[in-house]
Amino acid sequence: MLYSEAGQLSTDYLHGARRFRLRQERLEVLAVLVIAFVAVPAFADDYWLTAILIPFSILALAGLGLNLLTGFAGQLSVGSAGFMAVGAYTAYNVLLRLPGVPLLLAFALGGVAAAIAGVLAGLPSLRIKGFYLVVTTLAAQFFIEWVFTRFRWFSNDNASGLVSVPRLVVLGRDASSPLGRYLLTLSVVVALTALALNIPKSELGRRWMAVRDMDTAAAVIGIPVLRTKLLAFAISSFYCGVAGALWGFTYLGTFDPRAWELSRSFQILFIIIIGGMGSIMGSFLGSAFMLLVPIAMSHAGSALLGGSVDQGAIENYKKILFGLLIVAFLIREPGGLARLLRRARDRARIWPLRSW
Amino acid sequence: MSTPSASASAAPQGAHPPLLELQGIRLAFKAVRAVEDVSFKVRRHEICAVIGPNGAGKSSILNIVSGVYRPDAGSVAFDGERRSHMLPRQTAQQGIARTFQNIAVFKGMSVLENLLTGTTLRFESSWLEQLLWLGRAKGAERREREHAERVLEFLELQPYRDAPVGRLAYGLQKRVELGRALAAAPQLLLLDEPMAGMNASEKQSMSEAILDVNRQLGTTIVLIEHDMRVVMDISDHVVVLDHGRVVGDGTPDEVRQNPDVLRAYLGSRRQAAQTQSQSAASDITDPPDASAILAASAPAASAASAAPAPSPASIAAST
Amino acid sequence: MNFFLETLIGGLLAGVLYSMVAIGFVLIYKASGVFNFAQGSLLLFAALTFVSLTERGFSFWVAFLLTLATMAVVAVLIERFLLRPLVARSPITLFMATLGLSYIIEGVAQALWGADVHGLDLGIDDVPFPIGPISVSRFDLIAAATAGLLVVGLALFAGRSRLGLSLRAVADDPLAALSLGVRLPKIWRWVWTLAGLVGLIAGLFWGSRSGVQFSLSLVVLKAMPVLVIGGFDSIAGALVGGLIVGASEKLAEVYIGEIVGGGIENWFPYALAIASLMVRPAGLFGERAIERV
Repeated sequence: MLYSEAGQLSTDYLHGARRFRLRQERLEVLAVLVIAFVAVPAFADDYWLTAILIPFSILALAGLGLNLLTGFAGQLSVGSAGFMAVGAYTAYNVLLRLPGVPLLLAFALGGVAAAIAGVLAGLPSLRIKGFYLVVTTLAAQFFIEWVFTRFRWFSNDNASGLVSVPRLVVLGRDASSPLGRYLLTLSVVVALTALALNIPKSELGRRWMAVRDMDTAAAVIGIPVLRTKLLAFAISSFYCGVAGALWGFTYLGTFDPRAWELSRSFQILFIIIIGGMGSIMGSFLGSAFMLLVPIAMSHAGSALLGGSVDQGAIENYKKILFGLLIVAFLIREPGGLARLLRRARDRARIWPLRSW
Repeated sequence: MSTPSASASAAPQGAHPPLLELQGIRLAFKAVRAVEDVSFKVRRHEICAVIGPNGAGKSSILNIVSGVYRPDAGSVAFDGERRSHMLPRQTAQQGIARTFQNIAVFKGMSVLENLLTGTTLRFESSWLEQLLWLGRAKGAERREREHAERVLEFLELQPYRDAPVGRLAYGLQKRVELGRALAAAPQLLLLDEPMAGMNASEKQSMSEAILDVNRQLGTTIVLIEHDMRVVMDISDHVVVLDHGRVVGDGTPDEVRQNPDVLRAYLGSRRQAAQTQSQSAASDITDPPDASAILAASAPAASAASAAPAPSPASIAAST
Repeated sequence: MNFFLETLIGGLLAGVLYSMVAIGFVLIYKASGVFNFAQGSLLLFAALTFVSLTERGFSFWVAFLLTLATMAVVAVLIERFLLRPLVARSPITLFMATLGLSYIIEGVAQALWGADVHGLDLGIDDVPFPIGPISVSRFDLIAAATAGLLVVGLALFAGRSRLGLSLRAVADDPLAALSLGVRLPKIWRWVWTLAGLVGLIAGLFWGSRSGVQFSLSLVVLKAMPVLVIGGFDSIAGALVGGLIVGASEKLAEVYIGEIVGGGIENWFPYALAIASLMVRPAGLFGERAIERV
């Protein structure tokens, strides 16, 4: 057997509910962490770090945030980029105007500010359900875009509207090199993901899923629906806010309000649709997919057509491809890549026997 | 069903006040009068069946007791406290749990997770503790999981423990819904057509489960049901509604022989056809949703087809 | 006072253009129960098709009919490959599918016609047309008249024609309609073609106003508040909603914009929409959906 679970039984109720219950799964996670924290810094070049791994991790975090809200709690949102912006600008202004605040705390405050924005955006969600939440979250997105564009105070009254982040210093050490930025991003993402993994097996996660599946029934059994929804908005936006701070600080370095436009909200929504809604792993798969496919396409393009391919054409085909993938996934596999992976894994579990 | 007629149940008489008492309940949806001056009592530890033709107002009564609908007039007294309206959450806090006519399980979660949601009011840890997975959260989770596993065992759902409920057969989904209600350890259990859409063996299992809940856990049960055999078999107390009014209230035997009840169900042969089309038109408990009409009329068809032809005496003999 | 009236009327007439776009959404919502996020891209696609035909020398009406035929083909493709596979799914899923669809259509449009702006001349000049003491744009008046004709035409179609009757049946209760023998795929194809026609007309006016370019597909973002306020399933609502959004947007821009600084047109209609949702969730003319337990 490739994958034997024999003898790995749980005798404790809680143990049986663990996400990585099997020894094999725990080893896999350990391997991934070792690769991420040890092997990558040893072997990866700057391009991989700055152009691929850092944005991958951050978008996965943002996707995770949106997944908590939309995948677990069933509240559709197209405002994630707006919440990212709140996180980024808050962190920037905290570091700018409050001397001595450590970088990580600034990120956390960015998350908190985004959480507050999220709660405000989620307030209408008691009366407004399902698809109509697109309207409220879209309103939040546009309003946030407007605030940061209109009020130059947030950009330190910079004439061009661009802000440049200060040098990154974490725990006394300089983190502004590609490797430093990578490790900082990775640590934050891993830490927040570890917390998020507690959600599906907890009462918090169950309440969200109950509200998602049938909120009238949830209310009847005693779940406080509005509070549950607002908590989802808060926690989800916190994650998006921290992701936004990371995006601005460790990836972009310089940003203006256009980094947080509606198209980015759609990008994050696509990440979770393709990756798998309601799956934490799915956010990572979707993010990897979203980043690697365009690269693969331009390599394939230049291999097929020889020479470099027009960037604009790539953008077009990328649009068409992603649109097709969204529709295809929604039709065939709403669980996204995560479900596909799970099915493959289930087959591996009973290999060499065939499917059920 | 070989269980003895349930009129010899252990419900004590007189000394204790009724667990549930409806007085003068009235409810109308725009021009349609769903419930018109309904009053009855439910004693502790009894199984009370609410029966009646389609459109009689049975689901509305259940919805009123569980706080989903607000009555236009009248009051509900539960465990001594009288009130005209409570929010669904408050009724749950008081110890009332229910199932729904069109199953309301959480299809995206597993069976165990569904049962666990029933424990939500008892859960003793905050979201932050759960997010950080602190000791208090772990303890509460362990306790409630243990409780949910016991319900799982009681209802013999162990084989389906981790299965996503949406994938299960209809009868199993109903049992999961019952389990979720049980997980809340309620004083009063409201079951809205628990046997609807089930085949004979599923009905047997469900009846046994309901009796077990009543006998072993002492839970008071109010159920809406169309299958007369089940009703006569397991209930201690039957309330008959027709067009929103109570036309019969007593033990199964008493109700069986009540002329008003017979008229409501059977009518004269001329009236039978008229009543059927009338109750279809004033069918306010069912939505203008074809699938629900189809689902609801199936059991009703069996009751209606069982009722018209035989005489009262033969109904008594067949049970 | 005159300035206020001019602003108001200017806003109302701008709102007419919103209404025109919104009507396309209403048609699809009534027939398929989905908010078609791709309507804006369809509008863009129609306008681009038309423009490239006229640029190649086809006359107005020939180009119009050819474009209409193209939109019918697109409708058939959408019905076959998007609507049919997703027939029993939730509104959120359908919405996300139309989101994906909008990306496909935009990508295809851009691949076929590039990203340039195309001018579109309908032969209607944007010249002032005095009515009493106020001056309104001739273009706006003709747009308003066209929208009015559209609404009347659609109302007649829905009320009198057999297809219209089937459409209303489907909108009311798809299952019952099916049981009566109404063929959903056929209805959907017709409705999406009709929506394509409405999109083409709207696209022509919009394109003539601001040039046929990619931001045209963003009209969908303007249509949403219109539909929320007017009701997703009402054409009258689309009309009234459009007028309300147009007028309030213009007035807010002029009067509130002074205080808060410009650029509020993006989110102001949405703020209105949220307020409307809290007060009248189904919109002014929409039907309340009753949630069944």
